[in-house]
Amino acid sequence: MRISVNGQAHDLDVDPETPLLWALRDEIGLTGTKFGCGMAQCGACMVHVDGMPIRSCVTPVSALEGRDIVTIEGISGKEADAVRQAWVALDVSQCGYCQSGQIMSAVALLSVEPKPDDKAINDGMAGNICRCATYPKIRAAIHAAAKSLEG
Amino acid sequence: MGFQTPITSRRAILKGLGGLVLAAYLPSVARAQEAGTKPLPPLVPNAFVRIAPDDTVTILSKHIEFGQGPWTGLATLVAEELDADWAQIRVEHAPSDVKLYANLAMGAQLTGGSTAIANSYMQMRRTGAAARAMLVAAAAKQWKVPASEIKVEKGVISHASGRTSRFGALAEAAAHMPVPTDVVLKDPANFRLIGTDLPKPDTFVKSHGQALYTLDLRDPDMVIAMVARPNRFGAKATAVDDSQARKIKGYLSSAIIPQGVVVFAKSTYPAMKAREALKITWDESAAHKKGTKAIVADYMEQSRQPGAVAATRGNAMAKIAAGGTQIVEQTYVFPYLAHAPMETLDAVVRFDGQKAACHFGSQGPTIDQGAIATALGIKPENVSIDVALAGGSFGRRATASGDFAAEAATCAKAYGKNVPVKLVWTREDDMRGGFYRPLYVHRMRGMVAPDGTISAWHHTIVGQSIMGGTPFEALMVKNGIDDTSVEGASDMPYRVADFQCDLHSTKQGVPVLWWRSVGHTHTGFATETFVDMLLEKAGKDPIDGRLALLDASAREAGVLKAVKELAGWKGRKAGDKGYGVAVHKSFNTYVAQIAEVMRDENGQPKVTHVWCAVDCGVAVNPNVIRAQMEGGIGYGLGHALYASLDLDESGQVVQTNFDKYRSLRIGEMPVVDVVIVKSAVAPTGVGEPGVPPIGPAVSNAWRALTGTAVTHLPFVPGETA
Ligand code: FES
Ligand code: FES
Repeated sequence: MRISVNGQAHDLDVDPETPLLWALRDEIGLTGTKFGCGMAQCGACMVHVDGMPIRSCVTPVSALEGRDIVTIEGISGKEADAVRQAWVALDVSQCGYCQSGQIMSAVALLSVEPKPDDKAINDGMAGNICRCATYPKIRAAIHAAAKSLEG
Repeated sequence: MGFQTPITSRRAILKGLGGLVLAAYLPSVARAQEAGTKPLPPLVPNAFVRIAPDDTVTILSKHIEFGQGPWTGLATLVAEELDADWAQIRVEHAPSDVKLYANLAMGAQLTGGSTAIANSYMQMRRTGAAARAMLVAAAAKQWKVPASEIKVEKGVISHASGRTSRFGALAEAAAHMPVPTDVVLKDPANFRLIGTDLPKPDTFVKSHGQALYTLDLRDPDMVIAMVARPNRFGAKATAVDDSQARKIKGYLSSAIIPQGVVVFAKSTYPAMKAREALKITWDESAAHKKGTKAIVADYMEQSRQPGAVAATRGNAMAKIAAGGTQIVEQTYVFPYLAHAPMETLDAVVRFDGQKAACHFGSQGPTIDQGAIATALGIKPENVSIDVALAGGSFGRRATASGDFAAEAATCAKAYGKNVPVKLVWTREDDMRGGFYRPLYVHRMRGMVAPDGTISAWHHTIVGQSIMGGTPFEALMVKNGIDDTSVEGASDMPYRVADFQCDLHSTKQGVPVLWWRSVGHTHTGFATETFVDMLLEKAGKDPIDGRLALLDASAREAGVLKAVKELAGWKGRKAGDKGYGVAVHKSFNTYVAQIAEVMRDENGQPKVTHVWCAVDCGVAVNPNVIRAQMEGGIGYGLGHALYASLDLDESGQVVQTNFDKYRSLRIGEMPVVDVVIVKSAVAPTGVGEPGVPPIGPAVSNAWRALTGTAVTHLPFVPGETA
């Protein structure tokens, strides 16, 4: 089986049911995408497939042949730059473990909604749990990133 | 990319005495306060500071970073006295070595009890000052000028003659200078870094998916271990049939261990599949089979009788027995809670038959060294631990038994080959795995006079002792009282003539543990909602009424006044909004909060705004303090509103993942405003003290809004047993 991650093709010799999360982490060695629940509850495993945020813990690799997978290590573009800059400037992270997923969701949100209000942020980020409750800073960082994209 | 992490190579020396040392010390958090006055350990700048030729200054943090900011805090203390430029500072974890890296409040290498800054304040400042003195001595020697004429500013060493140098160029020479036996510290008036918002050294990697946690450690020879656990605490595996598991590609082997049955596989997904495919026979004869409902009913019954007396003055029992119209009685139920840190438990152990090289997010390396050594039958000095970043802990990564560290070692031994074995827990393992905040029932009775004075207060607490049955029991449980069961209740701050707090310590087959703010998670809720009800009965304002029961100089009074001003407090209700206040001291830090609460469309509480005042002594990193208040509020609020870890009537855990163990999400997080009360007192911690006041503040606001006191947590029960 062959999948494309961050623009690179990878041949995988695994059970086709293997969730993308474990293929990324164990087979390809991209460990920025995290495991938090394994059942589409927490968003720690968020990646982009053809530009859409998906939870890699419940997506089998067999569904991804020919699709364009992007992880935290490969995310690029103006939204990604703005989000990462805001995340650093505001020191969003505490333990940091959820933040790859938060960033992937935030980038996806800004791609479809360049100027999200609080309600849009609540909806767009509802799938990402942060047990450290960095939520106020996540919200502020998304607003800051949106602002920087305007100018 | 596919980086690899060497598991064995990093540690050169290991001088640690190991886990058994710990028993000689009290892990009492109160002692953090005394740390400043005790004789300080000798200066060993080399253990904490490394200056490289490229000018980077690396601070070795003896405290694990899992979100509460010790990397930033400890580095700030060193950098301040070193007069370094913040941009040149890097931080790494110190390896396991109790002689060098003990928590001075505990005597063991251990992070907990919000002690990181408190116990390090003088030690890290002195370390920075010593390193500075050595750099200055090296410059003086090279430039042939008196050391007293040399200045250090923002990473630049200079002399009036015009000579200047950065640290890197003098690092080698400085390393050969004698370590000063004593150093002069800065007058706090001259602090340049302490008290300012500094960017956190761990932010960049955490914003780019580059931070390495235990789960991320890789090695070509690594084997994944996953443990099939019993459905009930205390059950044992007696037989295993792996014939189905053998069909799974990547499956290696399995073995019965005390914790259950361990499965070994080449990678994680095959390990999960193989674990599911095992057929295991369990012996449940010693298993815990009691459900939450039955436990609560028992505790309710016990709470009718006074327990072992934790604190008493006057005669509260007699006063209340004599009766009167102003008696208020209230019971409280606090469920078991899981910590559920975002990163589940994990550890890498490589055992060559003699020595163990370990790498994981170890919260208590001294305990873990001992636990691993015992599991492997070797001496603690033959166990080395490299400490990794951890994705949260909230207490879970520190147990008196070093539970998951010992489990990882047991797995490595069972595998029997000299390769790195990574133990991985799934979320279900985490939530079904015990070590919960204990379930407690409280019964409170009080009398209030019309003038607002409280004439009697009787508080009975029922629940498992966290220290009971651990190596700490002999030291931490006095006259039947585990202080962690009553802290915050037996020493509640309000003036009451007749007072008693007593305790029934119960036994259950459910392992329990400290959970972010320990006893204060429940005592803060009970005392602060109860005093609020008494004050309401006397017709008093919740803030002024509390202030009248406190000494004017009490630090509780200080944060109450500060939060009142911050929130522009106008009373308990305004239109469709209720307001509630709570103040609580934990770990010698004082926090007051005001919550603004509305009804959401389902009639459930929606917390829209929280104002918070904190007095933690000298504010070392205001940005970290604010973040910890926000985080503590979010963590406390999420559990108070939604979380409960229940056992069904056969003793099985009901909530096994975030689908049922509901976590706070972004739309449920209130706006938080924080004010830090100015103080010159030595700093105390902030990782936990933001948690206790939020639950009672919300409960008090809800009562103001609806007339109903919420006393059985959580507010919004989901699926329960
Ligand atoms: S790990 Fe995929 S959503 Fe939690
Ligand atoms: S930063 Fe720790 S879980 Fe989000």
